[in-house]
Amino acid sequence: MTMLLPALPAASGLPAATDVVAVSEIVPDVFRAAPLLVLLPLLGAAVLLLAGRRSDRWGAWFGVLMSGAAFVVGVVLFLAMLGLPADERVVDHHLFDWIVAGGLDLAVGLRIDPLSLTFVLLVTFVGTLIHVYAVAYMAHDRDRRRFFAYLNLFVAAMLVLVLADSYLLLFVGWEGVGLASYLLIGFWNHHRPYAVAAKKAFVMNRVGDIGLIVALMLMFATFGAVDFTTVFAEAPAASTALLTATSLALLLAACGKSAQFPLQAWLGDAMAGPTPVSALIHAATMVTAGVYLVVRSAPIFEGAPTAQLVVVIVGAVTLLFGAIVGCAKDDIKKALAASTMSQIGYMILAAGLGPIGYAFAIFHLVTHGFFKAGMFLGAGSVMHGMDDQVDMRRFGGLARYMKVTWITFMAGWLAILGIPPFSGFWSKDKIIEAAFVPVDGEPWRAWVFGGVALLGAGITAFYMSRLFFMTFSGRRRWNDGGGSLDGLGSQDGPVRHPHESPRLMTWPMIVLAVGSVALGGLLAAGSRFVTWLEPVTGHAEHAEPVLPVWALMTLTLVLVLAGAALAWREYAMASVPVRAPRGSALTRAARRDLYQDDVNEAVFMRPGQYLTRSLVYADKEMVDGGWMGLAGLVGRVGEWLRGWQNGYVRSYGATMLGGLVVVAAVVLALTTGSAS
Amino acid sequence: MELTHYLVLAAILFAIGAATVLLRRNAIIVFMGVELMLNATNLAFVTFARMHGDVTGQVLAFFVMVVAAAEVVVGLAIIVSIFRTRRSASVDDVNLLKS
Repeated sequence: MTMLLPALPAASGLPAATDVVAVSEIVPDVFRAAPLLVLLPLLGAAVLLLAGRRSDRWGAWFGVLMSGAAFVVGVVLFLAMLGLPADERVVDHHLFDWIVAGGLDLAVGLRIDPLSLTFVLLVTFVGTLIHVYAVAYMAHDRDRRRFFAYLNLFVAAMLVLVLADSYLLLFVGWEGVGLASYLLIGFWNHHRPYAVAAKKAFVMNRVGDIGLIVALMLMFATFGAVDFTTVFAEAPAASTALLTATSLALLLAACGKSAQFPLQAWLGDAMAGPTPVSALIHAATMVTAGVYLVVRSAPIFEGAPTAQLVVVIVGAVTLLFGAIVGCAKDDIKKALAASTMSQIGYMILAAGLGPIGYAFAIFHLVTHGFFKAGMFLGAGSVMHGMDDQVDMRRFGGLARYMKVTWITFMAGWLAILGIPPFSGFWSKDKIIEAAFVPVDGEPWRAWVFGGVALLGAGITAFYMSRLFFMTFSGRRRWNDGGGSLDGLGSQDGPVRHPHESPRLMTWPMIVLAVGSVALGGLLAAGSRFVTWLEPVTGHAEHAEPVLPVWALMTLTLVLVLAGAALAWREYAMASVPVRAPRGSALTRAARRDLYQDDVNEAVFMRPGQYLTRSLVYADKEMVDGGWMGLAGLVGRVGEWLRGWQNGYVRSYGATMLGGLVVVAAVVLALTTGSAS
Repeated sequence: MELTHYLVLAAILFAIGAATVLLRRNAIIVFMGVELMLNATNLAFVTFARMHGDVTGQVLAFFVMVVAAAEVVVGLAIIVSIFRTRRSASVDDVNLLKS
């Protein structure tokens, strides 16, 4: 994405007139290449899965190539899009008729517009970098080829999701990323907890998918169509109740995929997957699909203010939830996962605010994609150097040993803190600002949600600094094998030889770090990004927040610095105990993810199991019992009848005679009856 | 003489024959019961033929006699054969076909 930046000025809504004429003639041909975006990674996955062990030697690089080729196609489309005037930047590319059945007439098509192209570039660019990283990270894994096949499958599915021009095709991509996520979380499925984590993610995602299915049904019932064009055109005319129902169903779907409250429990466990997976799927791209869905469905949400309020509440709750959990986790990946949850909470909150928030939600999504992927790769690099240790209490003082990782991680850390001029500052500050914009008739909203966003920034600063200092600063808390130990309790545990990772791993980190530093500022300058998205999100009138902007910015910075300073005092200056102290009630709760698993188990899992057991019992006793009883009855009647066949000729004779007498009597009765 | 009396006699003979078949164990006696029933029927046939002045009943009586003669041959052969193998002429001993 960075290499495209020189071309960006054209996106600021003032394309040169001469370019437009020249480009618009070739544009239809260029956009015909759009299916390649999906087909290339899909081909990669198919080849790698079908070729089997034969492709072990070149499989990884083939996967990189396919993902990289998709990125090149994305860039070409992006350049073509820049050549179009702003009001022509929504291109629907029809592929083929899919479902023609009665009232439903649905075609498969790709919608290429600024929103989908933003995702395409993010997914393919970050995806390709992570592919490269994984070549080295997974070098010693026997199944590296299979890993790359799944990664390619994920990229293809994600591109289907964002490029779809109907909710049904979006659903295909939605399920595809769910499948890829499941396969990749459980990539090391020979280890039981990992397989369980994969299953958990899959099942919780299914709950969200029900929401999307319900939304599809509602749309079909209301509009008779599920393609974006028809639905969005007719949405303003539909009743508020229907739009609210559809919006809430879509929100449920978004919650499932984006790990938002109350369906957030799976994300922490999803860290069981290899670190590149955590970086790509569970930080940068797939989990942001919910934000995409909400922003894409803007015309539906805008007809349902109640649903929008629910979206904001969900975002705010998750934001704080993730932040609090992040403060207590000692597992570096789980802390980052909690942070992801919290940051996506910001995006969902912004997406619920309406047109003033859409662009910033996507903007934060893009910058977050860079800095969070960078930090996950950094965490992977640390694990690589520390023999897969993830407990931050066993890290400390690693900055000396991994300079590149340290510096790139620092870039991501400063970006997520929102220190100017790093990326996160430009996007997160805008979301906080938007949250403080008053809503007509409900002044409490601005204060509550703005306050939550502000508070979240402070907590974020604390836990991210905690993570950073525990890992890279302070005393060494691992066994370095020598006698010159300067940390507490550092003589136990296996001997570690931390070292910098190979170049294939550091280069992607460096590129992402550059993005974390500069991308936000570049895209924010002259509100380029907002203007670029306007064809999709609509133009938002500038609205003044309840506090002046400079005051909000100062307040945010003060809170962030306070959080970081507190973390510095606690985790860099003071010595960190190797064993986690008992901690306060809140800490213990946060370590257990605020009891989300316990609640789910108590409220859903156990009653669910009880219900299924009762159903099995009922099935066995009542349904099966009924039929078995009938069969038994027939059998017993047969047994009784068998007694008549006793082998005695005379009893047969008597029966025959009796029967004959009965028949004769009946015949007589009938003939005399009819005669009279 | 009233022709109805012949019918009554035929019914009585038939009942005696049926009772013999059902009540006696000896195969030969059972056989005789069967013959008695057949001939009771014959008597009824010829009586009706006489009552209606129609020879069809007499023709049927001849048929029954022919069939009865054939049946006696086969039946007696079976009884003798069973008696040879099982040393018994009791119909109750021949019950191998039961369940």
